[in-house]
Amino acid sequence: MEQRPTIAVAELAYRIRKHCVVMTSRANASHIGSSLSMADMLAVLYAKVLRYDAQQPRWEDRDRFILSKGHGCAALYAVLAECGYFPVSELDTFYQNGSPFAGHTMHNIPGVEISAGSLGHGLPVATGMALAAKRDGKSHRIFCLLSDGECDEGSVWEPALFAPQHKLDNLAVMVDYNKIQSLGRVEEVINLEPLAEKWRAFGWGTREIDGHDLAAIEKALTEVPFQAGRPSCIVGHTVKGKGVSYMEDKLLWHYRAPRGPDFDTAMAELERNR
Amino acid sequence: MRTAFLKELFEIAKQNPRIVFMTGDLGFSVVEPFMQELPLQFVNAGVAEQNMTGMAAGMAMSGKIVFTYSIANFPTLRCLEHIRNDVCYHKANVKIVAIGGGFAYGAMGVTHHATEDLGIMRTLPGIVVIAPGDPLEARHATRAVVNHPGPCYLRLGKAGEPAVHQGEIEFEIGKAIRLRDGGDITLISTGSFLQTTNKVAEALASRHIQARVLSMHTLKPLDNAAVLSAARETGAIATLEEHSVIGGLGSAVAEVLAESPEVRVPFRRIGLLSAFSPHIGTQEYMQTQHGLDTESIVQSLLELLQTTRHRAAANASAGR
Repeated sequence: MEQRPTIAVAELAYRIRKHCVVMTSRANASHIGSSLSMADMLAVLYAKVLRYDAQQPRWEDRDRFILSKGHGCAALYAVLAECGYFPVSELDTFYQNGSPFAGHTMHNIPGVEISAGSLGHGLPVATGMALAAKRDGKSHRIFCLLSDGECDEGSVWEPALFAPQHKLDNLAVMVDYNKIQSLGRVEEVINLEPLAEKWRAFGWGTREIDGHDLAAIEKALTEVPFQAGRPSCIVGHTVKGKGVSYMEDKLLWHYRAPRGPDFDTAMAELERNR
Repeated sequence: MRTAFLKELFEIAKQNPRIVFMTGDLGFSVVEPFMQELPLQFVNAGVAEQNMTGMAAGMAMSGKIVFTYSIANFPTLRCLEHIRNDVCYHKANVKIVAIGGGFAYGAMGVTHHATEDLGIMRTLPGIVVIAPGDPLEARHATRAVVNHPGPCYLRLGKAGEPAVHQGEIEFEIGKAIRLRDGGDITLISTGSFLQTTNKVAEALASRHIQARVLSMHTLKPLDNAAVLSAARETGAIATLEEHSVIGGLGSAVAEVLAESPEVRVPFRRIGLLSAFSPHIGTQEYMQTQHGLDTESIVQSLLELLQTTRHRAAANASAGR
C-alpha cells in the first residue's frame, strides 16, 4: 500500500534542489528561492513521513499533503516525480505552453491535492479534510505547508482558531519561515514575531526547528501530534534560496531565474555538497 | 423559504450521512434540530466565511456533500475567491446557501442587501445558480442540488414567503416553470420576486393584456429554449428580479436574445439600478422605493407595449 523512495533523504533533497534549479532556469521562472527553502522539509515528508502510494494517487487512506504556498510548486513537482507519481522527464515541461505543470500547483497532476496560488487557501481546505477524517473515524493525517508571508492572510488565522476548537490532532502545519516575502524582509513588512507563540496561543502544539536539519525535521514530523487533542505546528526556520550560496537570504531570488553562469555555479555547488 | 429549505435538508440528511450542514454562526432558532440530532453532520464554522468555504471544499474532497449557510452577501461575496478557487475550480460538491436575497433584510442596511450576488456568482465557471420562486420551489431545489454533483449556489428569501404555486410542480435544474400563459408579453421572474410577478400579470390581465409568466429559478444554466420560445410566441419580454439589472436575470436573458439571429422582440429589464440604496425598510417598502411595486412595474410595461405598438404602426404605414 505504501511506497516510499529507497534513496536517502539527503539525496532526495539534493535532487529536489537540482530539479528546481533546472526547471526555473529553463523556464526563466521566478520562485527558486521559495522552492529551495522548503526542499528539506519536503524531502523528509516524502521519504520518511507521509503514507502514500504513487501508483494510486487518490488512495482513500493516504496522508494528504497540502502545499498552500503554491508558488513553491517546482519543489513539489520534483519530489512527486522522484517518488514515482510521473516520469521525471515531465518536469521538462514546467511553465511550457500546454503543460499541466503551471507556475502554481495544479490538482490535475497526480499527487497534487489542490491547486493553490492565491495565498491563504490551503489551510482552510486542509482543515476541512482533517475534520472529515475525524468525523469518519479515519486515521490518515493532513500536513499543510505555509509560507511566512502567507501568514499575513486572515484566512490562515480563521482555521488556526477552528482546528483546536475541534481537536484536530490529525492536522499539522509547517511554516517555511525563510524571513523574506515579496517586497522585503518579513520583519519589515508585517512582523510575525513571536510566530511560534502565536500558534501556541491559538491552541496548537508548536515546535520550532531548523528547517534544514534533516534529523530535526524527521523527529518533529514523526512525533505529531505533539499534544493529544491539539493540531500541531512546526515553525521551520529556513533560509530563502538554501543550498545555492549566492541566492541565500536574498530577496532577488524570489524573482530571478538562474541562467547562464548563475546556472552553472548553482549546479556545481549543489553537486559539490551532494 | 428558509424553513422549507432547512426542513427538507434535515430530512434528506437523516437518510444521507454524506450531507454536512455548515453554518457561519447563523440560524438561531432554526438550525438547532439539525445540530442536536445530527451532530456529526453539523458544523458551526464561526464567523469566518473564508474558512467555512475552504473547509467545505476540503470536506467535499473527502466525499461529503457540504452546504455552507449564511445570510445576505456573507457566504458569497465575503469569500468569493474561496468559492472560485477551492470550490468551483476543484468541482467540489459544495452547495452555497444565502438567506435573505434582495431586500429581504431591507431594514438592516446596505451591508445586508444582496443585490449583486446572482450576477457575480453566475460568472464563476462550473457552478449552478438557483433562486427559487417560493417555498415549494425551495424544497425541490434543495433536493435537486443534493443530486447534482458539483458546486451550486442557492439564493433564498427568508421566512414567511407565501406559496405561489397552487399545486405540485415539475422542478428540474435549468428548466423554467410556466405559471400562466398569454400572448402579449412574457414576464420572466427569478427568486422570490415571483409573487410580485404574478400580481403584475393579474394587473395586466385586468387591462386585457395577457402575460405568460415563467419562474426562471435557475439562472445558470439558463433555460435558453424557454427564452427563445417566449420571444417567438409572445409580443414582448420583461425580466423581473430583486437584483441589479447588471449581471442577473435581465443580463442573462438579454445575452440570449441579443445573440439570437431569428428573433427581435421588445425587451425590458425590471430590477435595481446599480446603486446603493439610500433607503432602509421592509421588503415591500424597499420594492416600492425602487420602482419594484406592482403598480410601477405595470406602468413600465404598459409604456413598453405602447412604444412597441406605435413603432409597429409606424412601420406598417411606412410600408415595411
